[in-house]
Order: sequence, then C-alpha cells, then structure tokens
Amino acid sequence: MNHLIKSMRNNIWDDNPILRKILGICPALAVTNLVENAIVMSLGVLFVMSLSELTVSIVKKFSDKHLRILIQMLIISWYVIIVDILIKLTVPEISKSLGPYVGLIITNCLIMGRCEAYAQFNKPLHAFFDGIISGISFGIILVLIASIREILGFGTFLEIQVLNSNWSTIGLFTIPAGAFFVIGIFIWLHNISEEKMRGDIND
Amino acid sequence: MIEINPLVILFAAMLTNNMLLSNFLGMCSFIVISKDVPTALGLGQAVTFVMTCTTVINFLLYYYVLVPLELEYIRYIVFIITIAAFVQLVEMFIKKYFKGLYSSLGIFLPLITVNCAILGASLFMIIRQYGLIQSLLFGLGSGIGWTMALVILSSINIKLEKAPIPKHLKGAGMTFIITGIMALAFMGFSGLVSI
Repeated sequence: MNHLIKSMRNNIWDDNPILRKILGICPALAVTNLVENAIVMSLGVLFVMSLSELTVSIVKKFSDKHLRILIQMLIISWYVIIVDILIKLTVPEISKSLGPYVGLIITNCLIMGRCEAYAQFNKPLHAFFDGIISGISFGIILVLIASIREILGFGTFLEIQVLNSNWSTIGLFTIPAGAFFVIGIFIWLHNISEEKMRGDIND
Repeated sequence: MIEINPLVILFAAMLTNNMLLSNFLGMCSFIVISKDVPTALGLGQAVTFVMTCTTVINFLLYYYVLVPLELEYIRYIVFIITIAAFVQLVEMFIKKYFKGLYSSLGIFLPLITVNCAILGASLFMIIRQYGLIQSLLFGLGSGIGWTMALVILSSINIKLEKAPIPKHLKGAGMTFIITGIMALAFMGFSGLVSI
C-alpha cells in the first residue's frame, strides 16, 4: 500500500507525464477547449491505458520479443475501438466535437511508453494500477488546462456561467495558440516549484 | 464525397489548417527533434512522403474494402497496420538502394509510425469525406505544412540558445510558447483559403 501511494505521488507530481516527460501532448492540447471534452478524453485514456497495460502484462509471456511493439499497438487499438463505440453511444455530441482525437489515443506516446517501460516487466495487477495512476495524472493536467481555457475564453465552466458579463472573455484562450501558451506556462511553473521543493529537502 | 477544389485543400492543409499549429498533431517528435535544421528537414521529408502515400492507401482500403464489408469500425486497426507496414517497407527499400539517405534518415523512420500526424491525416480524410485526389493533396499539404513548422521552429531554437530566457522556462516550456506565437502568426493566413 505504501508503495502504491509513493508511486502515485511520484507519478502525479514529480514525474507528471505531460509536464515532465512531455508525452501525450497532442490530445492534451487539442481537446482542452472545453472542460467536458477534457473529462471524456481523460476517462477514455484512463480506460485504454489501464486495460492495455493489464493485457500487455498478461500476454508478455506468450509473445515474441521482436513482435512486441506490434502486439502492443494492436492491443491499444482494440481498446480504443471499444472506447470510441462507448463514447458514441453515451455522449454523441461530445464524440462529434472530439472528432479524430479519440482514434488518436492509439498514437498517444504515453500509453505506448508505459506499456513498454512498465507493463513489460511487471505483474498484471501492478501494471493495471500503474495504468490507472498514470491515467489520473494525465487527466488532472488535462482538466486543469481545460478549466483555465474555458473560464478565461468563454467565461463558463462545464457550460455554467461563472464569470459575470462585466468580465470580457479573452478569445486567445479559445484558439489553438492559447493552448500552447497555457501549457508552456504550466511547464514553467512546474519547473519552478519543483526546484523549490528540492531546495527544501536539501536544506 | 464533398466538392472542394483539391488545390484549395492543399493550401489549406499547409497554411490555415496546419496539422501542427491548429490541430496539435505530431507534437511529440516536434518537441524532441527541433534542435537543428538539416535533421528537421530530413524528418519532414520522410513524414511528408509517408503521409501522402498512407492517406491514399488508407483511402482505397477504407472505401473499397472496409465499407463494402461494413467493417468501418475497425478502421483504427487497419490504418495503424497500414502505416506501420508502409514505414517498414520504406525503411527496407531505402536501406537497400539509398545507403546515404538511410544513414541520415535511418533513426527517424521507425519513429514515424507513432507520429500522430500521420494517423491523424488518415482519420481527418474519412471524417471530412475527401475524394481520392483531395486525399492525396491533403496528405501532401499536411506533410509540407508540418515540415514547414518544424523547420521554422528549429531555426528559432538555434537563435534562442543565446537569448536570455528565464532559467525554468528553458527547454520544453519555451518551445511551447514559441509554437503559440507561431500559431498566432499562421492565423494571418486564415483569410487566404478556407475549407
């Protein structure tokens, strides 16, 4: 249990997939114009990542080493198809606005990275939890970026008006360029706080 | 199929709907590779070539195999296998016949498989219902647009090495800010063509 908490903290903050390793950036930027898109995307990634890691970890004994990348890719695509169908069934409007980005979960380097670096060498249950933790740490940043962009860009949060009409909304945050700025500043702040923390430990 | 002049699609994919700057695709290699211009150009060429060919192959597979068999939903698997197989084929071909090109490009070729811009091009082509010629030019335009963004960014990065940047912003953070400014600059093209 202790091990789990430690790896969770490590994953969510110290080694955050988006802010630290700069993995899985494409969806992080593309779907963060609205919070609801970001939430659906995070859940999709969480689902695909945990189950793919579980499956990769189970089949690792039977699969050939040279073919493992291909097998991992097939496993991931298989789960992405399920997610795509699920999203289309439950929230059809969001599925339309997510467009091709659901399919692009396949090439999300984060999922491949975790399968290759963790699930390949660990027990199925550990791999499954690793997938959940990585998915959560990915989702937190996604939803944070989306909140900033939606509140400042549209004045709403989950389509509920939060800024009153005296506030002028900033169009910059609704367009792609805004996403680049927000994530750039996030990485900046993360680096600063990271150094502060490390300094505290050294003192 | 929709009726749009294929040339409009070519220029829209290059400038106004740039794969990288407006659709955020192909960011991963973009962040890592953008260090020097010749490498960026080499990767860009490889991506453009693979993107153009795979959109056409995927177009044919989708409309002549998957649709008649009513298997549209497995398109993700089919597309990714096509891309992986095609990249493998290109790698083998270049290795055999163009030794010089292989040594300069070699390491990037396997990376292309997981470049989301390439899968993205195939998926956009289906969603936007392009025809064959339109898909061909869409793939070509997207590839050129991606290369352009990558080359511009790597040239900026060389200048940035000597610029006074806040210590913690250096690296990926700065790359994102620069890309944001580039995206703003590319918005200037938006009146030119639209799809």
